[in-house]
Amino acid sequence: MHISEGVLSGPVLVSGAALAAAGTAMGLKSLDYDHVARAGILSAAFFVASLIHVPIGPSSVHLILNGVVGLLLGWAAFPVILVALLLQAVLFQFGGITTLGVNTIIMALPAVVCYYLFRSLIHRRRAVGLTAAFACGSLAVLGSALLAAAALVFTEQNFLQIAGLIIAAHLPVMIIEGIVTAFCVRFLQKVQPDMLPGTPAVADTTTY
Amino acid sequence: MISEAFVEARSLVSRIDPRIRVAAAAGYTSVVAVCDDLTALVASLGVSALLVILARLPLLKVAGRLTVVAGFLALIWALLPLTYGGPVMGRLGPLVFHAPGVRLALQITLKSVAIVTAFIALVATMDIATLGHSLLRLGVPAKVAYLLLMTYRYIFVLEQEYQRLLRAARIRGFKPGTNLHSYRTFAYLVGMLFVRASNRAQRVHQAMKCRGFRGRFYSLARFRASAGSWLFALLMAAVCTGLIWMQTKGFSIGFSI
Repeated sequence: MHISEGVLSGPVLVSGAALAAAGTAMGLKSLDYDHVARAGILSAAFFVASLIHVPIGPSSVHLILNGVVGLLLGWAAFPVILVALLLQAVLFQFGGITTLGVNTIIMALPAVVCYYLFRSLIHRRRAVGLTAAFACGSLAVLGSALLAAAALVFTEQNFLQIAGLIIAAHLPVMIIEGIVTAFCVRFLQKVQPDMLPGTPAVADTTTY
Repeated sequence: MISEAFVEARSLVSRIDPRIRVAAAAGYTSVVAVCDDLTALVASLGVSALLVILARLPLLKVAGRLTVVAGFLALIWALLPLTYGGPVMGRLGPLVFHAPGVRLALQITLKSVAIVTAFIALVATMDIATLGHSLLRLGVPAKVAYLLLMTYRYIFVLEQEYQRLLRAARIRGFKPGTNLHSYRTFAYLVGMLFVRASNRAQRVHQAMKCRGFRGRFYSLARFRASAGSWLFALLMAAVCTGLIWMQTKGFSIGFSI
């Protein structure tokens, strides 16, 4: 999800950029050079996941998965999403330089909030854990839609209808993201639990 | 598939120092983003078009990329003139078009197109390795630049990984539809993508350590700003100043709605 260039007002763009810079600084602090490779490759996975279109009725939507990214990376979600958005801008012109900050906040802030809300809840017993993972995926998208709507309304009060439309359009996406995140988290718990937060890293899980 | 559509073109623009191109793009698009004077915006559209021509980009391809913003612009044109309020400009049956809404929609359209085309001409024409290294020289935190380079390196690998997983699923008879089974399958595919990415990251990190990685990527590229590059920087600075001047003076030559 992104807001395209030329829509938002100066103050919104500047505050978005400032907040994104702060978030990215927090994320970089938690990311030492030994983890840059890991974060970069996960960022690439996130980029590719956002190219995946899942069918919904006669149409299709692409996955966002900022909830999963938040769970896997915590505060490092900020720089990772920033970089993925920059690549999307250069390769596909989704967004650009001036909206990079706002768009980073739109995607990454809900991811980090969901990380704190759900990092331990997803490890509860079956139903609770599954619900938490669903909520993580759908609330991350809801948060993004609300932030995008807020950015539009702060720019121009008359964007209210458009903002409403954006939120409404993301309601089905929320459900799909919730389902996909729930299954994805359950899959990771079975296959590679040490990727998720709150699980002690297993000494050596990979085969070389 | 992922492709860098605009990189091949050799032109006046591609000879300009990448650092100056990135800085000029950032400065110019920021100025355009805060302008709302229609004359200034029309002028900036002209400047952006000139940049595209100077970059010798295939015009059809550039126009094709504008469809990315066209969806949102269509939404704006459909809603704003009708919902804005204020003085009425015209009526069409039950529909009432308000002048301020039309004006705002026009501003946004001009701005969007000017910014996106300038960005294509200046930034999308360089490959991302160059972009990463020029960001580094421009003072962007090193970790962000390395993250960009790592991500760029692996998007193609992981895209192929995903296509392979999807092909395997298709061969087993997977037909995507609107049902829980499809969503679960996609979730597992994505999960597998993340798992493979994580395992690959571990191996890559070990390989980097074996080669003595100490937190620095070296670039053999020497960036040298030629006189032409500085001239371009100067011109862009003049353009930005001109736009700001038009914006603040309300420089209008009978072009208003």
